[in-house]
Amino acid sequence: MPSNNDELKNLKSGDGELSRRGFLKGAAIGISSIAVPFGTADASIWDEFFQKHFKEMSQDELQSTIARLEKDYKADYGVDIKVGTEKPIPNTLFGYGLDLSRCIGCRRCVYACVKENNQSRHDPQIQWISVLRFKKGEKWVSDLEESEIYYNPDEVPEEGYFYMPVSCQQCENSPCAKVCPTKATWKEPDGIVVVDYNWCIGCRYCMASCPYGARHFNWAKPNIPKEEINPDTHYLGNRPRIKGCVEKCTFCIQRTRKGKYPACVEICPVGARKFGNLLDKDSEIRYCIDKKRVFRLKEDLNTRPKFYYFFSL
Amino acid sequence: MISKNFFIALKSLAKGGKLYYLWLLILVSLIINGALNYAHQFDRGLIVTAMRDPVSWGFYISNFTFLVGVAAAAVLLVIPAYLYHFKPIKEIVLFGEILAISAIVMCLLFVTADMGRPLLGWHILPLIGKMNFPSSLLAWDVLVLNGYLFLNLTAVLYILHRLSQGKEYKMAFLFPVVLISIPWAISIHTVTAFLYNGLSSRPFWNASILAPRFIASALCSGPALMLLIFQLIRKVSTIQISDTAIFKIAELIAYAMAVNLFLFAAEVFKEFYSHSIHLAPMEYMYFGLHGHHNLVFWLRLAFFCNVGAFFLFLIPKTRQSYLTLNIACVMVITGVYIEKGMGLIIPGFIPSVLGEIYEYSPSLVEKFVGLGIWACGAMVFTLFVKFAIPIYSGSLLPPEVHEKLHPPKEHPGRRSDDLYEKAH
Amino acid sequence: MKIKIAVQFLVLITSLFLMSLAVGAADAPKKTAPINKEGIPKFFVPSPPFTEGIYPCSNCHAGLDVNTKPRVLKDEHTNIVFKHAEKQRWCLDCHNASDRDVLHLTDGRLIPFTESYALCGQCHGEIYRDWKVGLHGKRTGMWNGEKMYRLCVNCHNPHDPKFKELKPEPAPLRPSENGQIQSSTINHE
Repeated sequence: MPSNNDELKNLKSGDGELSRRGFLKGAAIGISSIAVPFGTADASIWDEFFQKHFKEMSQDELQSTIARLEKDYKADYGVDIKVGTEKPIPNTLFGYGLDLSRCIGCRRCVYACVKENNQSRHDPQIQWISVLRFKKGEKWVSDLEESEIYYNPDEVPEEGYFYMPVSCQQCENSPCAKVCPTKATWKEPDGIVVVDYNWCIGCRYCMASCPYGARHFNWAKPNIPKEEINPDTHYLGNRPRIKGCVEKCTFCIQRTRKGKYPACVEICPVGARKFGNLLDKDSEIRYCIDKKRVFRLKEDLNTRPKFYYFFSL
Repeated sequence: MISKNFFIALKSLAKGGKLYYLWLLILVSLIINGALNYAHQFDRGLIVTAMRDPVSWGFYISNFTFLVGVAAAAVLLVIPAYLYHFKPIKEIVLFGEILAISAIVMCLLFVTADMGRPLLGWHILPLIGKMNFPSSLLAWDVLVLNGYLFLNLTAVLYILHRLSQGKEYKMAFLFPVVLISIPWAISIHTVTAFLYNGLSSRPFWNASILAPRFIASALCSGPALMLLIFQLIRKVSTIQISDTAIFKIAELIAYAMAVNLFLFAAEVFKEFYSHSIHLAPMEYMYFGLHGHHNLVFWLRLAFFCNVGAFFLFLIPKTRQSYLTLNIACVMVITGVYIEKGMGLIIPGFIPSVLGEIYEYSPSLVEKFVGLGIWACGAMVFTLFVKFAIPIYSGSLLPPEVHEKLHPPKEHPGRRSDDLYEKAH
Repeated sequence: MKIKIAVQFLVLITSLFLMSLAVGAADAPKKTAPINKEGIPKFFVPSPPFTEGIYPCSNCHAGLDVNTKPRVLKDEHTNIVFKHAEKQRWCLDCHNASDRDVLHLTDGRLIPFTESYALCGQCHGEIYRDWKVGLHGKRTGMWNGEKMYRLCVNCHNPHDPKFKELKPEPAPLRPSENGQIQSSTINHE
């Protein structure tokens, strides 16, 4: 729970930011937070306001946007954060496999993801992976109504239960991209559903449309300890987010577009998480689909996820 | 071109009785309070609301949905007034349209209050932004709501403009506007219903009955609100609103409520009889789910109100007694406000898509901001009506013109009744 | 500076150790035909997880008599709890009696500890196949390039292979606890 001091600190840092940018030129502006910075000397705020959609920026515009973001992040977090814009690898369609026979519900993946992807630690706490616990033999898969997210035993796995981590299923028919009123979220050619955080207006229609609870909202400015910032970021991925925008799992776009495995795959102590290229018939994920019985969550909704659950045992 | 009476009417906004000033004072203080709370929300983010990831829409969107219904209901008055020249209603349709305008203004404010980054609102606009049309129903909603606002403003301002010059309005101009606005009114509520209806992730909303029920319930609550307002206008101004008109509207509400209740019964039957897993939200609403029952009281109250009001509106005796009529109006407004507000939005999220139950109830900030927006709507309505009354009643016109437009009425009630009989 | 020298020294020692492992490994299987290496991954995390100082086994076993009678060990290796089909097997079903620095398959072929997967794969054929292609077990590295593999024994204790329970990471905050700011009023202004 945040103390009042924390809140005060937040406020103060907010104020500092304003004065640093020469925000308040005239004292006439009563409610500083509402006032759009008319007459500000610093163009950066206007640049932010008028920033174009990611897909519509020219190479020059993109570069200056990245430079501005990196400068702002430096000011905010005191860390040199690199914002990458790696493009999709040709002939690649990412797919994910999760072995329900193996998962023990230890939540290592949840926290590896939080750290890798610079998620807000508290106020609000944002976690892209939710691990659901089900009682063996009870109904579970269709509406997940009997799930338990807050299980907290001394040790896992528990007798009589099994676990199912859920994060973004990277649907081919993504309801979120369909309903977004501003095209701030879309499916990339490599199959990753991404968000342009600077274009999102925060209407949360996508959250209502997502059948997997995969989209999360920055109810406040994210709180990330400076010393825990992951400086290796991607524009459409794990760069620190803004208050009031929606975010989600991107299969660790900053890693996977460089050939690395997602952070959750690498942390999983039981090797339950599989990742690869669906278009490569020799990939782990294709072998999984060919050789195992796989299913996808809420298949009745025809979202066509690229996230496959399977049972190795 | 603009008649000087327009400006005289504008000036009259500042003049009024003690009650008028008190009313404005209350509204202004509620608006200021709402604005301060909104400033707080803007500064800190929506974390000051009680909404969280599992229930990501709440009080704001609930009010928005209800108010779209109120705005749409203006059509109920427009149809008979303009198309069938049913005189008693025609006289008051202007106020219905002003109510629609106020409701749309509130709708837009509620949506804005709900946005995480309202300053980027321009992203949703066509041409300058990147509107996801026709894929996103929210994009449709932006178009139809603003279009509806524009249509109603056009109609109202045109009528007032003509009247202020002492002329009757030309049907040649008004008729096309009215003709468009009728399907448009249906469309704003249909599109808003589709906004929820289209989400396969939320079985509670993903039912085809949603849009028809939206329309039916809107045709109850909107007119009920108008009935109350008309009685008020009749009291505080010289505007004549006949009993016939009021009772006719009350009768229409009874029919609309009958349809609403029938559709509700169809929904209840389907869910409870088939008893599939998608019953969960309904179970939560009327009986509670896994020990959570925040909404049960409210939704049972809504049901009681709707059924009770249906009979009060249906039976001529209770419909034509102002005491029972007004009780019925309040019941309908309460019932539909619950049912098409929180009672519609919250169960869509309960249980959440991952099976979680988060019992949402709005924070103080949400309530204050909401109250402020309602006060804004009331302010728009009050000032607009205050502006319209002198023009509409012809009191600003030279006496001879006034006489011509508004022949003296010795027995206003009977006169209207005569017309009523002629209309049938 | 001192640290640097220490690190270099450590690297030297480690590589010497690994070289000796490799030499041992190269020596051992000479006695019989090599195992089928088809589909065996190329990259492994370093070395099987030996208890410190226990390898090479010949350090102790070289001078000892070989007792091939199945029995419960009373004097040495008492820390090993054997829970792996223990009713059907004992030490020398996998460990090689005459040369303790290698393992042996059921057909008598000898394999180094670094190729122990071939031994496990004798019984766990399906898992062996899944493992080779990358479906069983943890993988790190590149999804489209060099993948780091682990030996079976890097994750499973061969004497007691069932995974041990873990303490889970903390549960997420409930929505009602997530962000207490809402209770504060606008008094900061």
